[in-house]
Amino acid sequence: MKAPRFAYIRPESLDEVLELLAEHGEEARILAGGQSLMPTLNMRLSRPRLLIDINRIEELKGISFEDGTVRIGALARHAEVMDSPVVAEHLPMIAEAMPHVAHVAIRNRGTFGGSIALADPAAELPACAVALGAEFVLASARGRRSVAARSFFNGLYETERGDDELLIETRIPAIEPGYRSSFMELARRHGDFALAGVCCHAKVDGNVLSDVRLAFFGSEDRPRFADAASAAAEGKAWSDDVKDAVKEALGGDLDPIGNFHASAATRLHLARVLTGRAIDRMVAAG
Amino acid sequence: MDEFADIELTVNGEKIAKRVEARQHLVDFLRIELGLTGSHLGCEHGVCGACTVKVDGSIVRGCLMLAIQADGADVWTIEGVSDSGEIEDLQEAFINRNALQCGYCTPGMLLTAAEMLEAGRKMTRAEIREFLSGNYCRCTGYHAIVDAVETTMESRFGG
Amino acid sequence: MADPGGAVGRPLPRSGARRLAFGRGKYSDDLRFPGLLHLAFVRSPYAHARILGIDPAPALAAVPGARVITGAEIATVCKPWQGTMDHLPTMVSPPQHAVAVDRAVWQGEPVAAAVAASRAKAEDAANEVAVAWEPLPAAAVRDRTLDEDAALVHPELGSNLCFSTALGTGDSEAALDGATHVVEGRFSFARHSGIPLEMRTVIADYDPGEGTLTVHGSHQSPWHQQDTLSRHLGIPEHLVRVVAPDIGGGFGIKLHIYGDEIAVSAVSKILGRPVKYVVDRMEAFVSDVHARDQAVAARLGVDGDGRIRGLSVDALTSLGAYGSLGRPPISEGMMTIMMAAGAYANAHYDARLRVAFQNKPPSGMYRAVGQPIACAVAEQLLDWAAGAAGIDPVELRRRNYWTDDDYPLRTPGGLAINRLSPRRCLDKLVGMMGYESLRAEQADLRKAGIHRGIGVATFLEMTSVGPAYYGPSGAHISTQDGATVRLEPSGAVRCVTSVIELGQGTHAALAQIVADRLGVAANDVGVVGGDTATTPYGGGAWASRGLTIGGEAVWRAAGGLRANILELAGSILQADRADLDLAGGAVCDRATGEPRIALSEIGRIGHFRHDTLPPGIQPELAVTRHYVPDAAPFALANGVQGSSLEVDVETGEIRLLDHWVVEDCGRIVNPLLVEEQIRGGVVQGIGGALFEECRYDEDGQMLNASFADYLVPMAAGLPDIHVGHVETPIEETALGTKGAGEAGTVGAPAAIMLAVNDALRPLGARVTSLPITPESILEAIAAARAG
Ligand SMILES: Cc1cc2nc3c(=O)[nH]c(=O)nc-3n(C[C@H](O)[C@H](O)[C@H](O)COP(=O)(O)OP(=O)(O)OC[C@H]3O[C@@H](n4cnc5c(N)ncnc54)[C@H](O)[C@@H]3O)c2cc1C
Ligand code: FES
Ligand code: FES
Repeated sequence: MKAPRFAYIRPESLDEVLELLAEHGEEARILAGGQSLMPTLNMRLSRPRLLIDINRIEELKGISFEDGTVRIGALARHAEVMDSPVVAEHLPMIAEAMPHVAHVAIRNRGTFGGSIALADPAAELPACAVALGAEFVLASARGRRSVAARSFFNGLYETERGDDELLIETRIPAIEPGYRSSFMELARRHGDFALAGVCCHAKVDGNVLSDVRLAFFGSEDRPRFADAASAAAEGKAWSDDVKDAVKEALGGDLDPIGNFHASAATRLHLARVLTGRAIDRMVAAG
Repeated sequence: MDEFADIELTVNGEKIAKRVEARQHLVDFLRIELGLTGSHLGCEHGVCGACTVKVDGSIVRGCLMLAIQADGADVWTIEGVSDSGEIEDLQEAFINRNALQCGYCTPGMLLTAAEMLEAGRKMTRAEIREFLSGNYCRCTGYHAIVDAVETTMESRFGG
Repeated sequence: MADPGGAVGRPLPRSGARRLAFGRGKYSDDLRFPGLLHLAFVRSPYAHARILGIDPAPALAAVPGARVITGAEIATVCKPWQGTMDHLPTMVSPPQHAVAVDRAVWQGEPVAAAVAASRAKAEDAANEVAVAWEPLPAAAVRDRTLDEDAALVHPELGSNLCFSTALGTGDSEAALDGATHVVEGRFSFARHSGIPLEMRTVIADYDPGEGTLTVHGSHQSPWHQQDTLSRHLGIPEHLVRVVAPDIGGGFGIKLHIYGDEIAVSAVSKILGRPVKYVVDRMEAFVSDVHARDQAVAARLGVDGDGRIRGLSVDALTSLGAYGSLGRPPISEGMMTIMMAAGAYANAHYDARLRVAFQNKPPSGMYRAVGQPIACAVAEQLLDWAAGAAGIDPVELRRRNYWTDDDYPLRTPGGLAINRLSPRRCLDKLVGMMGYESLRAEQADLRKAGIHRGIGVATFLEMTSVGPAYYGPSGAHISTQDGATVRLEPSGAVRCVTSVIELGQGTHAALAQIVADRLGVAANDVGVVGGDTATTPYGGGAWASRGLTIGGEAVWRAAGGLRANILELAGSILQADRADLDLAGGAVCDRATGEPRIALSEIGRIGHFRHDTLPPGIQPELAVTRHYVPDAAPFALANGVQGSSLEVDVETGEIRLLDHWVVEDCGRIVNPLLVEEQIRGGVVQGIGGALFEECRYDEDGQMLNASFADYLVPMAAGLPDIHVGHVETPIEETALGTKGAGEAGTVGAPAAIMLAVNDALRPLGARVTSLPITPESILEAIAAARAG
């Protein structure tokens, strides 16, 4: 199982990357952590002409906090995000999600940007980004733009990113006072992609929820923001009735895809159970 | 922009310069070009951990990194850490506890356990199990491996 | 035999493990061969298709210097074979080619080989070979391949039925009619495989000058390979040599004759060059033999106090497209019907077995063959019967085991049993588990809405199968093993064995046996094996036979050497050999233990100073012996496993809390080895119970042929496994060992399934399909709610 032939280039500057992308477009593939791209190459499921290795581009590295926003460089490794005090303090949901992402050796190489750009529907980080209202900064030879997480993911491995664009960073608003997050996922085995996963974020006052944001992964072909379920909890004191209403509403939000790991009905059921538990835990955390 | 490139790297403390094909992954490079056959391939798609090697201080999947990407890197394999003696206690614990059967997973398992030991503290069995979960062992059922890691932690960091 | 100070019985670390732990293992793919070519196969993308033509031109254009060799070309140097058995005249299996010639009958069947200077280039070429296909309907839905309208895997057979049989004793129908409680279930056991971490690997080197074929490979039975290569490639047997270096696990998967592996030798013969082929992981899923894939309907009747009245079992095994040469694919089913409830007194039993072909990879043997099914079905029925009769499940077992007075006996399934120890195993297990307090805790937690389950399953493990089965089959499979034990000039000892080491540690155990026989330390004994040209002939590693059969051969060979050493020492010392003994690396005085002459002296004189010996003395410091089990058809090990787990009834998740095993494998040569065989086996059983399944669509496409989708157990989420022993040495051999390699795998699925169903009992839900998934638990609960 050996990768097909391809050419390789390791630019030293961002501009060089953008020029190469402009020139080669879909013939080229960005190589970040390689933890998703390399398996598809080894399996010969993908056959790019050119790999553009971005691992030496300094601007893409690092995690920082400024003006209420956390900036996660596209090349920030999962392990770095997991151990980051900035993330622990300002993005507790992501800190909670990280241990569920793959395993140690993979986290040592896999990148935040790679996970977002890949857009695996069962991945944790895209859904966190959707729940937390993240913005993705894309750069190309044409210029830069910023896309809201909620309109970035278009389908299975499909995003708003153009073939000539590079994801350079993710900007996520830091958690504000009075807010809490909760993350839960169910996988067949620890570290596997999810059968169902929920990211909850809300202002919690006593047991009253507001600004409720629920996002789901492992269910549809992309991370899904659950408008109806979020609305069902909005302004409510958390109770069994509200829980039932949220679960009920979720049926209108989610249209899960079944496969051999679990059917659509099971995935919806699991998403409902997890949602109830995740909010229980979020409220109880006070 | 080529299908081949010259690379220079350090493997097990030794400087190496070689011309490599872009598509060759790091473990094939180590095994085929350098004859370091202690790193194994169990899947070549990132799941089993048999290919675990240490690059610039942390463990990676050797099958998910190109040799060309290791240009300038400091790479350690089971051969190197065995020669240096840095995990001898761990290796002895594996042997004494019969924590390896066919031994195919063992180099990767040892390098992963070594990274766990770098945390410098004792861990619970559940933590040890979680840390090892990226490494498949088909023979032992893991229990003895967890025991061996636990024993090493106890002797390094106190009972 | 074991003298109290000896090596046998002690948990000595394996000397061979050190090398492996230091990265110095030598697995097949680690070996270097000058002039080596690499091979990659073109495999069928269809489960069933006619090959209309194969055009190598695009491949040759893409990879200059590559060669493409089709199945038809390979067939010119390699005769097809047939997986039939002489003693089973009604079992059918059509001839099979090493590489498909005009029809492919499973997705993944090789149809051509591409050879080039590197593996990557061989794959480049294989990818470009243009094959014209005519897809044909496939029989790929398990349990439906015997339907009238099913597509035929082998039209020439006129049916997909490979074999059917029935067996039984007494009148089970009447017995079930008369039973106070009758419980029944339909069970399903998924198709899965052994998944050794090292994939199958072959390097074949045909030397056209000498006419020799040397094959290095990761194989459990090099002798079977040698025989097959010789006969099918037409090379005299003394010119064929098969070497098995370090093997990265096998579990039965590497026991079989594979068309792709034989083809590598054929290609080497055609090209006159060494050729290497390493199966890759995705190919492994569609080319390694698959196992299990069985549906079972069963009924059990008990009387009011829980005693078994009768049992009825109906099994359907869904095979792949072929069985294997010399290894009947019906074993999965036969073991199921022969062994179900074998530990329990019962007079009325009937069983039926049907075995059918499908368009899927060939079927073969995987660790524990059929026995996990026999165990799970019978034990689940017993648990339900206990529930129906209102008796504690452990107590119900106690009431039903054969009693010591019953032995020797033949079970209604036809199993000859000399002696078992289930009652002692159960007593010990119940103590280890703290069974009573677990039950109390379970009851308390149920009040809090927590669903804990406890499963206790009794298992039998058939090991060390003797010639009674394979002999009459006509298969060229040896059930004996051999060993040479030799005293080296330094007084060290070398043992050359036919036993194949794949990680079980058998070679280390053989060293312990030799050590005790010769009064030396185990690490003064070197053990080598795995080379058909240099070791005594043997059978290979299967049916947990290494120590019981190969160990007995070693025991005898070492005994022979012991006699020769004493004889020689007697003449050197001018002493009566009856007054001499071996201990502490020396010949000593039997009465006083006083050392008389060191073994190193015996070695030195015996090898170099014949001039000092009295005339007529011919030192024989190497002895070869073989052993074939002649007193019993097999050695039956037994034991009990216990599982404690918790089911999250909202998510269907299972949390394994603890697992216990008490096993009786006869004499224990090295508990460290036995216990880790048990633990490793249990975890494979857990894999079968909760994770492992080859998923197929209706067209015969495997849906999860990668490690990302075919799940095996990993370290997190597994329980610690507590192992206890009962030791009942068998009387047929001097050593008294039985096998232990499969026990864990036999009993674990049953213990887990019982525990899950015990947890679900208050909800009235039942799961009877393995693997049990969160989804299947949720569905069972929903079905129970719906009534
Ligand atoms: C065994 C295993 C288990 C895993 N389990 C999980 C899991 O549980 N959860 C999870 O979320 N992930 C999991 N992963 C995937 C892992 O997290 C990946 O690292 C991640 O999804 C992709 O990151 P990467 O940096 O490795 O990207 P790469 O593999 O380098 O790239 C992935 C894709 O994104 C593109 N890309 C990468 N970076 C950029 C960029 N900056 N701009 C534009 N395009 C870019 C690439 O061209 C490629 O198409 C697992 C991987 C493995 C091998
Ligand atoms: S070989 Fe790299 S993870 Fe399996
Ligand atoms: S010891 Fe064989 S795979 Fe771990």
